[in-house]
Amino acid sequence: MATLGSPPALAITELRKTYAGTAVVDGLSFAVEPGTCFGLLGPNGAGKTTTLRLCLGLTAPDSGRIVLNGHAIPDDAQTARARVGVVPQFDNLDPDFTCSENLLVFGRYFGIADTDIRARIPQLLEFASLGSKADARLATLSGGMKRRLTLARALVNNPDVVFLDEPTTGLDPQARHLIWERLKKLKAAGKTLILTTHFMDEAERLCDRLIVIDHGRKIAEGSPRQLIAEHIEPQVVEVYDEAGGDLPAFVDGARALADRVETSGETAFFYCREPHELLARLAAAPGLRYVHRASNLEDVFIKLTGRELRD
Amino acid sequence: MSSAVIPLGWLPVWRRNFLVWRKLALPSILGNLADPLIYMLGLGYGLGAMLPSIDGQPYVAFLAAGTVCASTMNAATFEALYSSFSRMHVQKTWDAILNTPLGLTDVVAGELFWAATKSFFSGCAILVVIAALGLTNGPLLFWVLPAVVLTGLAFAALGLIWNALAPSYDFFMYYFTLFITPMTLISGVFFPTDQLPGWLATIGAWLPLAQGVALVRPLLAGQVPADALIHIMALLVTTGVAFAIALRLTRRRLLK
Repeated sequence: MATLGSPPALAITELRKTYAGTAVVDGLSFAVEPGTCFGLLGPNGAGKTTTLRLCLGLTAPDSGRIVLNGHAIPDDAQTARARVGVVPQFDNLDPDFTCSENLLVFGRYFGIADTDIRARIPQLLEFASLGSKADARLATLSGGMKRRLTLARALVNNPDVVFLDEPTTGLDPQARHLIWERLKKLKAAGKTLILTTHFMDEAERLCDRLIVIDHGRKIAEGSPRQLIAEHIEPQVVEVYDEAGGDLPAFVDGARALADRVETSGETAFFYCREPHELLARLAAAPGLRYVHRASNLEDVFIKLTGRELRD
Repeated sequence: MSSAVIPLGWLPVWRRNFLVWRKLALPSILGNLADPLIYMLGLGYGLGAMLPSIDGQPYVAFLAAGTVCASTMNAATFEALYSSFSRMHVQKTWDAILNTPLGLTDVVAGELFWAATKSFFSGCAILVVIAALGLTNGPLLFWVLPAVVLTGLAFAALGLIWNALAPSYDFFMYYFTLFITPMTLISGVFFPTDQLPGWLATIGAWLPLAQGVALVRPLLAGQVPADALIHIMALLVTTGVAFAIALRLTRRRLLK
């Protein structure tokens, strides 16, 4: 964690950006402590990627202030980007190059001498578990390997701040866990991570603090634990109608046993503090299956942003 | 958005493209050489045998000068259209570069200089063949090289404008059918422009390909080009203005 009083790695104040009359980022403010992992959560189209582009100076805001590592953005963006790494949402590695060449060519964009980059390449590949792939062509790499190479590429300039735009989308569980483990190492090494994701388990594992945004506005802010404690009942019982039971009738009869009930298709969610009586009732209900679990960040997210589909 | 942070920021972009090219250099050079040479030799010796000499030189020598300029133009144009578009739009290489301290000016300038470099390779390759065939006259030959560079820069910059506007690869066909091909026919590549109606010859003389031809043809024949400074300035101004427009349009496209 950062020492008390150190200036934020990233501070955003009253940021606004409009495309074709629609506010994509609408008065957003937040600050990120150095050496922490900060999450930017929200449904598709909430304004996450636009916010990242604004922070990197790739588009100018209509109004508001951005200070990244002490540099005003977008005026001083190129200087700020010298100390920043970016893992973009879609891989844009060079398909014509090997793993090593990708890192070498990217390091040159930072004005780093070839000898210095070449000296760093083995440890970067090792960090990405690609130690044996230095001379492998890009086409021979799996999706997880490409993602790890993108992460290694983002570290070629030894950045203070790393932006990660949905770093594990499309990866299998093994590949995701490896990425998470590496991101924790980076944080332990003192780097600031700024992460967008819509995987709530990812945010819960990695983020010290996070904000939930929707329609370009901040709708919640805190640590994952705080958000769960503040916004949602601690326990959830999910009831499924899978064996010809009468779910609507059960929900009507048991509604009073929970603080809140939501129905989505063939599933009812009972949010409660004290589920014993509900569980006893369920044990006696024919044709209904259920799962009893602690509430999590996904429950908070759904409560805040609704169940309708976002396309 | 801000002033250059990395000195000579276009250079790492140029080197990236050079490294890709180096992996395929030989087939690339041979491929770029074959097509113009077939035309030059086929038309030059075949058609040329039926033609009188032009300004005191055989037709094949006249055509050789045009071929140097046309293949320089084509190489720069193909690189600035198809290859730059692949990097910008398909592979998102430019997006990756824009996450570093480099700015869009560095990226587009790197592409400009790279496309000009590739067209220079192409022009040089033709020049070597022409010299080997004995179609050149005198030591002014080496002054063709800077003329090829200027021609390549102008067409690279013009191509980057079209690149910035392109929704897809299909769009580039219009550039060739509406601009490149007609220009090739009225810029004195295949025949002297005094064969054209006066108004058409006048238009042709203003086009950038004609500026290149006006420099290269006398140099190959061993003469100092008339009005050389005007042609040089015309190519430089074309490069500067086209680059500024291309940069503005690309900024609007990528950094909105």
